[in-house]
Amino acid sequence: MILQCDNLYFAHDTHPALEDVSARLHPGQFSVILGPNGAGKSTLLGCLAGLLKPRSGWVNLGSDPILALSDAARAKMLGLLPQGAQTHWAITARALVALGRYAHRKGFGLTAEDQKAIETALIATGTGSFADRLVTELSGGERARVLMARVLAGEPQWVLADEPLANLDPGYQIDMLHLLRDQASSGKGVVAVLHDLHHAVRFADHVVLLHKGKVFAQGSVADVLTSSNLAAVYGIDAKLFSDEEGAIQLLIKGKTAP
Amino acid sequence: MTARWMTPLLLFLTGAAFLLSLMAGKVWIWPAAWLSNAPDGWIFLELRLPRALLGLGIGAVLGLSGAVLQGYLRNPLADPTVLGVSSSAALGGVTAIFLGLNTLPLGLFSCAMLGAGVSILLLLTLARGGGPLGFILGGMVLSTLAGSLTAFLISIAPNPFAASEIINWLMGALTDRLMEDVIKALPLMAIGAALLLTMGRALDGLTLGEDGARSIGVNLTQLRWVIVVGVGLSVGASVAVSGVVGFVGLIVPHLIRGIMGEQPSSILLPSALGGAILTLVADSLVRLTPGPTEIRLGIAMAVLGAPFFFMLLWKQRGRAA
Repeated sequence: MILQCDNLYFAHDTHPALEDVSARLHPGQFSVILGPNGAGKSTLLGCLAGLLKPRSGWVNLGSDPILALSDAARAKMLGLLPQGAQTHWAITARALVALGRYAHRKGFGLTAEDQKAIETALIATGTGSFADRLVTELSGGERARVLMARVLAGEPQWVLADEPLANLDPGYQIDMLHLLRDQASSGKGVVAVLHDLHHAVRFADHVVLLHKGKVFAQGSVADVLTSSNLAAVYGIDAKLFSDEEGAIQLLIKGKTAP
Repeated sequence: MTARWMTPLLLFLTGAAFLLSLMAGKVWIWPAAWLSNAPDGWIFLELRLPRALLGLGIGAVLGLSGAVLQGYLRNPLADPTVLGVSSSAALGGVTAIFLGLNTLPLGLFSCAMLGAGVSILLLLTLARGGGPLGFILGGMVLSTLAGSLTAFLISIAPNPFAASEIINWLMGALTDRLMEDVIKALPLMAIGAALLLTMGRALDGLTLGEDGARSIGVNLTQLRWVIVVGVGLSVGASVAVSGVVGFVGLIVPHLIRGIMGEQPSSILLPSALGGAILTLVADSLVRLTPGPTEIRLGIAMAVLGAPFFFMLLWKQRGRAA
């Protein structure tokens, strides 16, 4: 089921955040939204998640306009990890993960199916060992994985994540990227807003590069993150190269001359 | 383990507090005399029973409203008194008396419930984006405004006797309420409370913040309206019948969280029971204080609640604002 947006316009008050943004995102791919601060990355993700209503344009999930879906129907198909993922009360990690079943639950208590989805999500994120601890007592890295487990517990076909690596140590960042990669490999659609170009180069199947609210380029890493595009959007002097193992890497040499 | 037995224990204690409230007073009335033809039987039926039922009802809805508002705002300082909902309900009630609407059936109740509902709607709409303390500040402003307008209406009341009646009612007490008032108030409170009790899982969802809650399928617009109507009905009716009894909704959920954990859905019913216990016991104690006149329940709760608020504020320091 393709997630796509056509000619999105979105404005915060009068300041346009997105202008004429179109993108087609495919299941089975790890799509990454890139762009400098204020380029409209989070706004685009919010529109794709059906949480923000664009001034004009469409977001379609398969053949359905996403805003036409009920809250529950949308939540079952599409899981979102919001930015700066918060936990306001000291509840256990397991109770937090169980929130991912909200749209699936009927009546009181958790069904066997709910329990199974929760256990699977705990295992996939490696959070089972501290499932009974309070989320407020966990480290930032542990909590980030619990919050991702909450998204996976809903068994969505699409996983959207807004800066899932923020405040994580390098090791946890790689764990999280592998987790998202695995979700895409299992056939889900994954869309993440990332800041670090190196991560995007190593993990993304598809890149949407935003600049001042518009799509500057989109496609494969090699097509989008060219030296000229990086210079134009970020003002940096950088180039892609193949390392000794044949993997594509990014070398950032400095800022471009003004 | 402790949490598991908490609800049955609270139910038992609620029953015990209800019995205490039926018996305690300057004159103790034991169960044997409850249905007698002696004066004690009359005191029981006409004074004690309505008073105990009211204590049970207003305590439960105030505790529950506090727990719901705290869950919705993700702020343990929220409560109908702090947010100005109770004083807005009182303003509604005084307006009804001033305009003579209180002579209509349910006129006073309707205006008090409208006052409570409008204040919570204003707060949820206007104070959004102000952060955790924005709502508390907004509530303070509402509370002060409602208090001033109430004072204004009292000051221009044509009849000094009516003015003193109003002031007496506003101070918050369960004394001398007619069974007739109790019968009007309890169903309204029950409907409001039932609405609020269904919102537990949506409040749990808000643990993830507003975006997180919406992403898992919580309908926040619906939740907001249920809270406006539920708190409006229950707090409005409780103020209409017994004036402003403050801080129950602040104190009780905090104590319950210490035992049951912080998951919003699991503290709703216990907070209702805890509110009933606190109110019934406090009302029994004010009756037992020596002296010619008893302390008003509303005043006793404020004396208890204000230091509690500051204690919570103190505990909040260091937590992200």
